[in-house]
Amino acid sequence: MKKGTEVFVNGIFRENPILVLLLGLCPVLAVSTSAGDALGMGIAFSFVLLFSNVIISLLRKFIPHHIRIPVFIVVIATFVTIIDYLVAGYSPELHRNLGVFIPLIVVNCIVLGRAEAFACKNNLFLSVIDALGMGIGFTIIIVLLAVIRELLGAGSIFGKMIMPQNYQPLIIMILPPGAFIIMAFLIALQNKLIKK
Amino acid sequence: MITNHLNIFLIFLSALLVNNILLIRFIGLCSFFGVSQKSESSLGMGAAVIFVMVFSSSVTWLIYHFLLIPFHLEYLRTLSFILVIAALVQLAERFIRKYNPTLYQALGIYLPLITTNCAILAAAFLGIDYHLSFLQNLIYALGVSLGYLLAIVLFSSIRERIVSAPIPQAFKGVPIAFLTAGLMSLAFLGFKGLFGL
Repeated sequence: MKKGTEVFVNGIFRENPILVLLLGLCPVLAVSTSAGDALGMGIAFSFVLLFSNVIISLLRKFIPHHIRIPVFIVVIATFVTIIDYLVAGYSPELHRNLGVFIPLIVVNCIVLGRAEAFACKNNLFLSVIDALGMGIGFTIIIVLLAVIRELLGAGSIFGKMIMPQNYQPLIIMILPPGAFIIMAFLIALQNKLIKK
Repeated sequence: MITNHLNIFLIFLSALLVNNILLIRFIGLCSFFGVSQKSESSLGMGAAVIFVMVFSSSVTWLIYHFLLIPFHLEYLRTLSFILVIAALVQLAERFIRKYNPTLYQALGIYLPLITTNCAILAAAFLGIDYHLSFLQNLIYALGVSLGYLLAIVLFSSIRERIVSAPIPQAFKGVPIAFLTAGLMSLAFLGFKGLFGL
């Protein structure tokens, strides 16, 4: 149980997939223009990570070592296809906004990385905890980035106006360069905090 | 016929500059930050991406239009594309290892990682989402991959110089790289004015 807590917290803080490992950046930067889309992306991503970790952990004794990567990719691609159709069916608007980034979860380094580094070596319980920790760590960062960008770039959070009426939005923040710049400041902040 | 040529030229320019895959679309960023410490290795990575992308998006276009659509198997798109790309990357890896061992050494871990380079898969998906013809798709893949090469080589040349610049402690390393990418992205945003798409 103690190990479980440790694995969970690791994913959120010490080994946060985005800030520390710098993996899977594409959706984080691309989909963080509004907080709602970012939350949707975080949930879709966590879904794929959770189920691929579960399946791979259950099959870990049966997967031949040499062909493990193709097997992982097939498992991941299956769940990506499922979530792609689920989102398209239940929330067409979200599906349009996320666009090509849902199928691209299949090549997200975090998902494959967790399969390779964790799920194929640990039991079901720990793999589920690991997926939840990593998924939440991912979602927190993508939503945080989106909240900052949406607040500065459109003056709203989750579509609700926060800033006063006469606020001039910094449109650059919801354009592509804004993502890079805010991300630079987030990582610099984290470097600063870790040094102390 | 003339409009057709113009159309192809616009597809190429749009893929290369206006919708630059790295700086505007944010696809393939892992390798963009990972392999751009030295300009030689980024050049090699860019070349590998051109080779694999043009090849793989042509193959996936054929698979999609002549295999998946006639048999109503569109839902296998993600699965089949990633497998085809993984196989092609293996092929490219062996090819480079045999004919250019120096380049192979320089690329190191990043060549197998092309499999999980989202840019390759994304180009295949986007070509199909835009309903391009085979020729248009080929030009599109060429434009996207040349755009990748352009952005990563420019970026790595800047990074080589940044190493010797006085930077605040907390910004050293990755954060300043992100800021640089942000400014480059700002510059590429200017290409939006090229034509009203």
